[in-house]
Amino acid sequence: MTQPVANCPNCGAKIVFRWPGCVQTTCEYCRSILVRTDLDLKKVGQVADLPPDSSPIQLNTEGAYRNKAFVVAGRILYEYGQGGWNEWHLVMNDGTSAWLSDAQNEFALSVVAKAPNLPAAGQVHVGEQFSWNNQSYTVSVITPARYRGVEGELPFQYWDKTEVTFVDLRSETTKFATLDYSDPEATLYLGEFVDFDGLKLKNLRNFEGW
Amino acid sequence: MNSGAPPLSGPPKPQAKALNCPACGTSITLRSFGQAETVVCGSCHSILDAKDPNLAILQKFEQATRDVRPLIPLGTRGKLRGTDYEVIGFQRRKTTVDEITFYWHEYLLFNPYKGFRYLSEYNGHWNDISICKQLPLVEGTFSAAPGSGANYLGEQYKHFQTCAASTDFVLGEFPWQVRVGESASVTDYVHPPRVLSSEELNKEVTWSIGEYLYGREIWEAFRLPDSPPEAQGVYENQPSPVGIDLKNLWLTFAGFAVFLVVLMVGFDVISKKEPVLHETYQLNRADTRGEVSFVTDVFELTGRTSNVKVKTYSPVNNHWIYVNYALINHDTGEAWDFGREVSYYQGYDSDGSWSEGKQNDEVVIPSVPAGHYYFRIEPEADPTLPGIPYTPYTVDVRRDVPVAGIYGIAFIILLVPPLIISLRSYSFERTRWEESDHPPTPILQPSSSEDDS
Repeated sequence: MTQPVANCPNCGAKIVFRWPGCVQTTCEYCRSILVRTDLDLKKVGQVADLPPDSSPIQLNTEGAYRNKAFVVAGRILYEYGQGGWNEWHLVMNDGTSAWLSDAQNEFALSVVAKAPNLPAAGQVHVGEQFSWNNQSYTVSVITPARYRGVEGELPFQYWDKTEVTFVDLRSETTKFATLDYSDPEATLYLGEFVDFDGLKLKNLRNFEGW
Repeated sequence: MNSGAPPLSGPPKPQAKALNCPACGTSITLRSFGQAETVVCGSCHSILDAKDPNLAILQKFEQATRDVRPLIPLGTRGKLRGTDYEVIGFQRRKTTVDEITFYWHEYLLFNPYKGFRYLSEYNGHWNDISICKQLPLVEGTFSAAPGSGANYLGEQYKHFQTCAASTDFVLGEFPWQVRVGESASVTDYVHPPRVLSSEELNKEVTWSIGEYLYGREIWEAFRLPDSPPEAQGVYENQPSPVGIDLKNLWLTFAGFAVFLVVLMVGFDVISKKEPVLHETYQLNRADTRGEVSFVTDVFELTGRTSNVKVKTYSPVNNHWIYVNYALINHDTGEAWDFGREVSYYQGYDSDGSWSEGKQNDEVVIPSVPAGHYYFRIEPEADPTLPGIPYTPYTVDVRRDVPVAGIYGIAFIILLVPPLIISLRSYSFERTRWEESDHPPTPILQPSSSEDDS
């Protein structure tokens, strides 16, 4: 795998990409949000101080899902009425992206899915049923969330958000779906709840006293 | 993956945070590394906003419930199902049914890697509870209807109870906005030792799955001093002390019963049922000169050591005959002495016809070795009976006959354990369901004088 190297246009620090598909990254020294162009990196913003975080996962945490190794390359942080959660950007060993959400240590892994006729924001209600990939899902909760920041490498540009609506759908299996209204058009993520131990995570954070 | 990425300085190691209560100044420790939404001051019991650096007061403590003490002190660490957990929160909850208030306690456990888990305690009964990862399937439109239930991970749960649970007392920190006085609708479905609960608050439903634990398991896990409070009564998802699956038990019993039938048929097939003697004699009742005994011819009993069946038939009518037998081994002199009575009475009275006794009698002598044998027979009858002075009687002797009786006895002996276990289980289940929304109908009409407490 190639390891493109560049310098932060803001502070000059070396930026090493863990993943060639990376579209956006953050400088870990000056916290500039950097977007890759054909030629170089462009600073598009600055990450405010991230709120104190208690996730056991961090950048470079490694694990495996369905016999595919992955490494944590980045994350998006959100807050809502009942606390915050992380969407960790996983780079699988086949080069694809996946998302590991960690809300109070409840872990769920999902990947983006294509489906026609996704409902527009504000046209979904709790209890509504949908069927994707021969699996039926029921809308369980609609969460207005607040974008709190980004870290590391992401597969798309994501930095100028404020309010983002998420529609969570559950099934009678461990499978779940999320409709992400970060953009005017909904993005569908399909995935399943996963067990912490099952992910065989390495390089986790250390907690004082644990 | 290539590990050529630069070493990250990374955020500092999260540490348990020490703060002070804005209401009373007592120091407060946040144990869940920023996961807490609210924290309760252990001294003045104010509920504080754990997300606020100044710990803004969300709710002041009003009631005098300071006597409520968690059985597991906050900050205690223990190993539950192989994972270390720290007790970080405690709440007492209550529900009122028929003007009686029931209290139970919930402990919030935390591990920075594995997240949250709960313990609940009611009257010495404990449950290990975690949030469901899958959505249970509720059957029936009206969830509190008798016989309604839910299906979770392919297992069927029966509706036990729906109640309004309100938080009465809180201590420590919680990853959600906790308030004293807040009421949720809690529905429990049971499949001992598990309980499936739905908790509805502000239209949001949370499902959790609990497994029954004994107090001593909690005491061991958290290395608590003394002994746990004794469990009182039967709890909704307490495993039956019978500890045996009744279906399997009765299947095992059925297996044994089939085995008995096979044994019976098998022995019936291999039994020789060999006739060795069949003679009809006349007893002269008038002959009262004493000694009327005689011996039969010698006959041979062959094969393995086995039984001998002696049938006595006499056409007596309102009369009796008593026959003293001795089966004597011609070679060794060993003898089996026994007496048989044949009597038959019948007649008419105000109730119609009646009869008593039989004209037939049979007896089985077990374990008679092969050899040469003869009978000594000594019959008796009522000498004063009028009519023909002779009473005929027939003696029929067979070697190696199947005996059905012992199978019946074996069947009954086999029946006893499953029957006792089933009765115990039945009574335990009745006690369990008496506390539910669907109490069993009383076996007996309640009597006014008896008090079963």
